[in-house]
Amino acid sequence: AALAMAGGSARAQGLEPNTLEQISTYNNYYEFGTGKDDPAAYADALVTDPWAITVDGMVDRPGEYALADLMSGLTVEERIYRFRCVEAWSMVVPWNGVELADVLDKVGVQSSARYVAFETVVQPENMPGVARQVIPFPYVEGLRLDEARHPLTLLATGIYGQPMPKQNGAPIRLVVPWKYGFKSIKSIIRITLTDTQPPTTWNRLNRREYGFYSNVNPEVDHPRWSQASERRIGGGIFSSRQDTLMFNGYGDQVASLYDGMDLQENY
Amino acid sequence: MDIAQRLNRATRQVPAWPVYLIGAAWAGWLFWLGVSGQLGPEPINALERRYGLLALQVLVAVLAVTPLRVWTGISLIKYRRALGVTAFGFVLAHFLVWAVLDLQSLARIGGEIVKRPYITIGFGAFLMLIPLAITSNNASIRKLGGAAWRRLHKLTYPAVLLGAIHFVWLVKGYPMEPFLYLGAVIFLLALRLVPKRKPAARSAPQATATAR
Repeated sequence: AALAMAGGSARAQGLEPNTLEQISTYNNYYEFGTGKDDPAAYADALVTDPWAITVDGMVDRPGEYALADLMSGLTVEERIYRFRCVEAWSMVVPWNGVELADVLDKVGVQSSARYVAFETVVQPENMPGVARQVIPFPYVEGLRLDEARHPLTLLATGIYGQPMPKQNGAPIRLVVPWKYGFKSIKSIIRITLTDTQPPTTWNRLNRREYGFYSNVNPEVDHPRWSQASERRIGGGIFSSRQDTLMFNGYGDQVASLYDGMDLQENY
Repeated sequence: MDIAQRLNRATRQVPAWPVYLIGAAWAGWLFWLGVSGQLGPEPINALERRYGLLALQVLVAVLAVTPLRVWTGISLIKYRRALGVTAFGFVLAHFLVWAVLDLQSLARIGGEIVKRPYITIGFGAFLMLIPLAITSNNASIRKLGGAAWRRLHKLTYPAVLLGAIHFVWLVKGYPMEPFLYLGAVIFLLALRLVPKRKPAARSAPQATATAR
């Protein structure tokens, strides 16, 4: 709620959101295939209703929550955020969602918890990419608890005021705007509070290329490509690259989370 | 008359020059799709990948010509030059999209070639193909002499192998497609090490020597 103005200030920074068409036709969701257009082509088959999220680990009120129960009483806000993929492309997305912190308060995080782990649904019969095992499934991600509690961190349920498109991670997904897009895990079915750093899919696959933190950082290159600049989706074939911003432009709000940490080391 | 002979007789009627036309038209058509927004919201990357993949596909076809003739008697040798030059055209288009539309600065291009091994080998493969494209004409064969020309054009082998590794190396995760291409290239190169049968259609003995 403290950052309810984030949408407004985004507009003030001249952030023009991408169109819904662009946002929902250029996706990475490997459960549906590795092509950027695969999710839009196949995600239709994903069953998102009913949807339950298992909340377990170090919480006072663990259990299987129906999505509506988890969201009840919380205010869905619009947040216009930059979205920077680790592949060096970016968009601007007007998300609708609730702060993850509010959901965490609802389930009661115990004082011993230090991390939050997330898991994506696996519906093999509805997800043609799962059998191909391009990466291991289920997809898992995680945040440090203070990152998870940061007011910029959202659980998003929509875009442009409409229910989340399936290819974008319906019915509910994480949005952490200062980290590379793969941290913002889609179609969440499990949230686990833990005291140890949880495994994350891309880190497990290639530790050197994908760190646990994966904060957007133009000074730390991906081993196979530069992260210093990015291409905004939607500019057409002659669009120019633009410089990537430290913490994707959210440094004034999140840099303090990493005080005293070597970000070359903790990439 | 067996299938190989029938096919060889049929291809005698089909000239090689349309290969160039089809290749150029295909490249142009893809570019137009990109310009007109039909390659999705990020046309630069899409075009880069489409040209690169086409190049690899045609190069695999080029590598298949000789084993096909040796093991089945089907001779497509008259199309090989056109296929090779067309493949080079796609490689060039792939490189230009990457350099001009994607990276947009000489400093970035140089930096990426030096720093990123998969780009280094891709660029290396491109450099190897340049002399082959330039000498893909009868005048060059005469000037260099057949033996030297053939030796030079063996550069195709490392170039295509590097191209396939370039593809495997650039993807995220472990998708099957690039490994299939790499497997095909290795298979086609390895076939050249297998002791040869006599060509099925025992036609022209000297062809065996020219078409390795």
